Amino acid sequence: MSAAAWRVTRWILLIAFATYFLIPLAALLNFSTKDPLTRERSLAAWRALAQDPTMTEAITTSLLLAVLTVVGMVVLLVPTMIWVKLRVPRATRLVEFLCLLPLTIPALVILVGMKNVYAWVNYLVGDSPLTLAFVYVVLVLPYSYRAIDASLGSLDATTLAEAARSLGASWFTVITRVILPNIWPGVLGGAFIAVALVLGEFTIASLSHYNTLPVVIVFINKADAPESMAAALASLLFAALLLVLLSFLDRRRHHSGGK
Amino acid sequence: MATVRFEEAQRWYPGADKPAVPGISLEIGDGEFMVLVGPSGCGKSTTLRMLAGLEEVNKGRIFIGDRDITNMPPKDRDIAMVFQNYALYPHMSVADNMAFALKMAKIPTDERNRRVNDAAKILGLTEYLDRKPKALSGGQRQRVAMGRAIVRQPQVFCMDEPLSNLDAKMRVQTRTDIAKLQADLGVTTVYVTHDQVEAMTMGDRVAVMKDGYLQQVDTPLGLYDRPVNLFVAGFIGSPAMNLLEAHAKDGQAQIGDYLVPVDPMASKKMEGDITVGVRPEAWRIVGNSQEGLPVKVTVVEDLGSDAFVYGTSGVEGTPNNIIIRVNGRDHVQKGETIHVTTDPANVHVFDTATGARLSD
Repeated sequence: MSAAAWRVTRWILLIAFATYFLIPLAALLNFSTKDPLTRERSLAAWRALAQDPTMTEAITTSLLLAVLTVVGMVVLLVPTMIWVKLRVPRATRLVEFLCLLPLTIPALVILVGMKNVYAWVNYLVGDSPLTLAFVYVVLVLPYSYRAIDASLGSLDATTLAEAARSLGASWFTVITRVILPNIWPGVLGGAFIAVALVLGEFTIASLSHYNTLPVVIVFINKADAPESMAAALASLLFAALLLVLLSFLDRRRHHSGGK
Repeated sequence: MATVRFEEAQRWYPGADKPAVPGISLEIGDGEFMVLVGPSGCGKSTTLRMLAGLEEVNKGRIFIGDRDITNMPPKDRDIAMVFQNYALYPHMSVADNMAFALKMAKIPTDERNRRVNDAAKILGLTEYLDRKPKALSGGQRQRVAMGRAIVRQPQVFCMDEPLSNLDAKMRVQTRTDIAKLQADLGVTTVYVTHDQVEAMTMGDRVAVMKDGYLQQVDTPLGLYDRPVNLFVAGFIGSPAMNLLEAHAKDGQAQIGDYLVPVDPMASKKMEGDITVGVRPEAWRIVGNSQEGLPVKVTVVEDLGSDAFVYGTSGVEGTPNNIIIRVNGRDHVQKGETIHVTTDPANVHVFDTATGARLSD
């Protein structure tokens, strides 16, 4: 294919995909800024969204859940994976199996199973929607595992660790100063998937009667369609913003290097 | 500075049916360059990694100087290891890579910078200090790995095939550089390689290993001139020693119709089946009329200064390729038959069954 033809194809593809993705978003924007009865432009839905205490509370809850889940995932998964890779490679298959397990079990089954566990969780730490973080950590394991495993696999972690230890580093230093900086992109990727998953999870939250963002969006949809569309668009934009922010973080790290 | 002493050190990998190193005893002098050499799987790397603390020692002890380091974690052993794939930290600049050990040791920044800059100067890395490892060539990376080891000023250098990832030309040059650097620094060094040329050219002494056991520990020339068994005889030297199967007869070694004269010691000790070893350069071409082993030339490798003649004698027990080093101007032609002989002093006699050396 000639360079010109290639450029044209590229533009056609770009426009096709942009249309595919942008038209629904434009429709959301259009619908949410129209009064359903008078068909006039109005920001009432967005105003209501900002003022709706249920909505603001749900956004806070979902954001906190996202943060807690990411922290839980990183604390649980990263040291475990590094340790398994360096010290007990025999356990790799087992850890991989355990991490992929949540993917194979339907959310409803998980929900039924977790009822018993959550009786204890609620008894011990109280009945808060934030307790969902425990089950979300489990839910994000398969995706985060893949992301981290990919970057860990591209690294000769064993030799790097041996080099660091023979040069006077402790195991803690090996993990924090040698391995972690090199798998950082994978950890960030895993974290982003976790955030996206938590912001979108409906089944478990809804059936546990916790008001997270998706649950509230569905709820509002039944009462006030434009406001729920506004909420949907807002959460999409928010997630996109987060993605840009995270990738920006990653890029800045690349440019400044280890200084 | 320090000596290194292995006392019956054993490494048995979990699940293996025999130990990788059943028990090695070796003493390495202060400032000595000791090369461990052997075919793959002979336990040389395992031995080095036991010293570095990267493999557990199941039995026996290892000392650096007077310190028993058998169960000490690697970080406390005061060693620096250089790896085959260099193991540079991809996220750090060359300077940070080299300063890593010093940061671990909490050396003040001034001192740290000074030592890194000194090492960079010695290794010709000054202009690359700000680069990341991936922006360097193989040879430069190898030098950074060396630099990272020397700034630590350790008691012992452990080098695990550090030249194997370099191309042939770079390897020869770096070989000399490392040997010179080690001599200048005077740090006790244990160097692992599978390449006997590296072993011969770099080591003060060379330890030849096979199947986990030390075969012989000697100076390079000692190994070359007096190999203790068939394995060492065949392993050391390039091209390899010619090993001919023979029969002891009246104090001489008989190969077909040809009688090889041997030294008096071997002459007394040998009986039955023996193996006669002759280095390629120990053969002399003699005229057709004289007694000599006939060799039909199949290939001549002309190197200018000298030439290697490959041929077969057709005599039972002789290898397919008999290698003879001749003067480059001798003009031996492919297809012709030459007669060769040697002197008793140049003949190594081994017991075929045990492989043990019978000659003086």
